[in-house]
Amino acid sequence: MWRLGGAAALAHLALLALWVWATTAGDVPRYIVPGPLETCATLASPHYGWLSNIAVTAGQAAAGFALAVLVGTALAVLFTWFAPVRRALMPLLVTLNLVPKVALAPLFIVWFGYGLLPNILITFVIAFFPIVITVARGLAEVEPELLDLVRVQRATRWQVFRKIQLPSALPYLFSGMRVAAVLAIAGTIVGEFIGSEAGLGFLMLSAQATLDTPAMFMALILITLVGIGLYVSVVVLEALTVTVDARLR
Amino acid sequence: MRASADPFLHLSGVAKTYRSNGREVAAISDVSFDVAEGELVALVGPSGCGKSTLLKILAGLIPYDSGTLRIGGQGFDAARDIGVVFQAPLLLKWRRVLDNVLLPAEILGLPERTARERARELLSLLRLTGWEDKYPYELSGGMQQRVAIARALVHDPKLLLMDEPFGALDALTRERMNLELRRIWAQSGKTIVVVTHGVQEAVFLGTQVVVLTAGPARMADGFAVTLPEPRELSCRATPEFGEYTQRIYTRLGM
Repeated sequence: MWRLGGAAALAHLALLALWVWATTAGDVPRYIVPGPLETCATLASPHYGWLSNIAVTAGQAAAGFALAVLVGTALAVLFTWFAPVRRALMPLLVTLNLVPKVALAPLFIVWFGYGLLPNILITFVIAFFPIVITVARGLAEVEPELLDLVRVQRATRWQVFRKIQLPSALPYLFSGMRVAAVLAIAGTIVGEFIGSEAGLGFLMLSAQATLDTPAMFMALILITLVGIGLYVSVVVLEALTVTVDARLR
Repeated sequence: MRASADPFLHLSGVAKTYRSNGREVAAISDVSFDVAEGELVALVGPSGCGKSTLLKILAGLIPYDSGTLRIGGQGFDAARDIGVVFQAPLLLKWRRVLDNVLLPAEILGLPERTARERARELLSLLRLTGWEDKYPYELSGGMQQRVAIARALVHDPKLLLMDEPFGALDALTRERMNLELRRIWAQSGKTIVVVTHGVQEAVFLGTQVVVLTAGPARMADGFAVTLPEPRELSCRATPEFGEYTQRIYTRLGM
């Protein structure tokens, strides 16, 4: 475990070293690849508004992600309760999942204008599918004998759901959430690229207009950190709610 | 069979047919026996004889097609008065041992405090004191099955149904569990129906044995077992024990 962690840390450091070496030893122009120091120096200039842009991006990503978890779970529950609904809608969802979600972004801007709402919706449609599909699978794959167990006591449908189906689907929900967290941040950034006046994606585009590559690098790093933050929250929440042997990897 | 005016459990000509690929397959046919309150009945037979089907019918999990089935007397409530132990422990892996035991009490909406007390008592009866706060994966197979037995008893059912409860355990653990089951039965005074494919196990456990055959699935025999109580493993070496097992083997055509 320790060795594995050590190797991983070493690989990360190697990447950083490569970056330093490429920008000092080589003859790469600064506007193509800025060095780590220049990149970090951008944090000091107030005119980038890093904090407020981070807040906008993180807020949109978290909101779209939370919406995806809520709606995705609710729909999956509906599917297990009403089989005809599942038979009608599940194939439709699979088809819709094949639509490249980022291609919807320009339409959303036509429909909802610039700003928060379309970005949250793009994040939502991207993050929604893995949630609904994994949770529906988790709810469907409950051991039938576990259901017999409570049916002996004539458990109501709600009791069966609350005490058996939902907890046994929880590891599936988290598995879907881990995938969705990575997708969510990508959705948010696409939204910001296409139509936005704030956020790290917007900042990256405006820095590009003036060939301010250090700021672009910094924005990229911060976007990644926001994504990591979302992912880590999911992992921590899972660690708090799901027993070790029930987790899906 | 015991001729009681008002048996606790009464089956007469109970039959169940499955339909698969348009063909009708008899899961069980013409099962008739009576059980007095407080008896321990062993249903024995090879795979495919319908013994698990019969147990599920008794548990009310599947309907039967014809015949008569009466359980309990007046005021018998199938939801409250039946506890079931399946072949696998079927513990909820997200619940600690004590909370697993409490499941039926929660479903039935029994008062939590008394249910908790009772769950602790049962865990101590099953020699699991100190394990209340562990998760199922921290327990051995035999211990998990003991938790399942405690769970089946937590709501104080009148009838305990067990479907090959020790089938997944190794031979030695299994013998130990048979002794435990005998002890629990003697202490609790419950009526127990246990399904097994072990002929020796059936005779050792049962005060009554019902023999079921496969192909066609039907009831072949039913008889009372009288051996000195409390039964010990050594009783299996007695001639009486041998006669009982031979009777079952003969019925099964072996």
